[in-house]
Amino acid sequence: MFQNEMHLSFSGLSQNESFARMAVAAFATQLNPTIEELTDIRTAVSEAVTNAIVHGYESHGGTVYMDCYIKDRMFEVIVRDEGRGIEDVALAMQPFYTSMPNLERSGMGFSVMQAFMDTLHVSSSPGKGTTVSMKKLIPAVSGDE
Amino acid sequence: MAYKGPYKRPQMGRKGNCMEQQTLRKGTQLTVTLGGELDHHNAASLRQSIDALLQDKSITELVFDMKTVTFMDSSGIGLLLGRYRLMTERGGKLSIHGANRYVERMIKMAGLSPLLQKQAR
Repeated sequence: MFQNEMHLSFSGLSQNESFARMAVAAFATQLNPTIEELTDIRTAVSEAVTNAIVHGYESHGGTVYMDCYIKDRMFEVIVRDEGRGIEDVALAMQPFYTSMPNLERSGMGFSVMQAFMDTLHVSSSPGKGTTVSMKKLIPAVSGDE
Repeated sequence: MAYKGPYKRPQMGRKGNCMEQQTLRKGTQLTVTLGGELDHHNAASLRQSIDALLQDKSITELVFDMKTVTFMDSSGIGLLLGRYRLMTERGGKLSIHGANRYVERMIKMAGLSPLLQKQAR
């Protein structure tokens, strides 16, 4: 089984949202994904990292951790923060629910992650932080080993 | 001696990644042309600058030209939804032109399909 992994930690600043997208795309590229699959991964990661920055750390900064794993054709990304956590994960995952309507958050973050990745798992402890795990299978196309 | 070639730096904001913006006022219509990546980082400053222009209540038609937007996540949807509410409150309208298939997919997920116009401006 082919395996590879990558671990990053960066400041929870909004400037790093694009950095996280670029980093995850660069790592996932070795699976030879289609542009659509790569866009799915970039978008899902952008949502998870933005959540960590805006909700986890309430835009006051902190460290965001991003761990990526490749196991054969399965791509996994885990985005973690050590911020305020989520009281009610099921409620937070409701489409269009937002705890910050005044900031014009659309409440679509988790829905996007769910739609664009194959699996999504969210665990959170109030006061300790949130971990978002997502997996996506990148099927081989002819020419891939 | 360091090479000073013809390369141009991308137009980076003072604090981060690229988001280009141009506005054109024509009668009661305001066209906002966006380019680059529309994420949470860029949405905040865009919101401020667009809302400053929308202080002029004679603007009743807001057009977003998104043909050079390369990426948009749900923060961009938040920006569009917010401006849509502003325009609706004043009895005006909002339309979105030139979205690529990935940007369009996000817009459709948010239920904003009626705002999409196929032809770029």
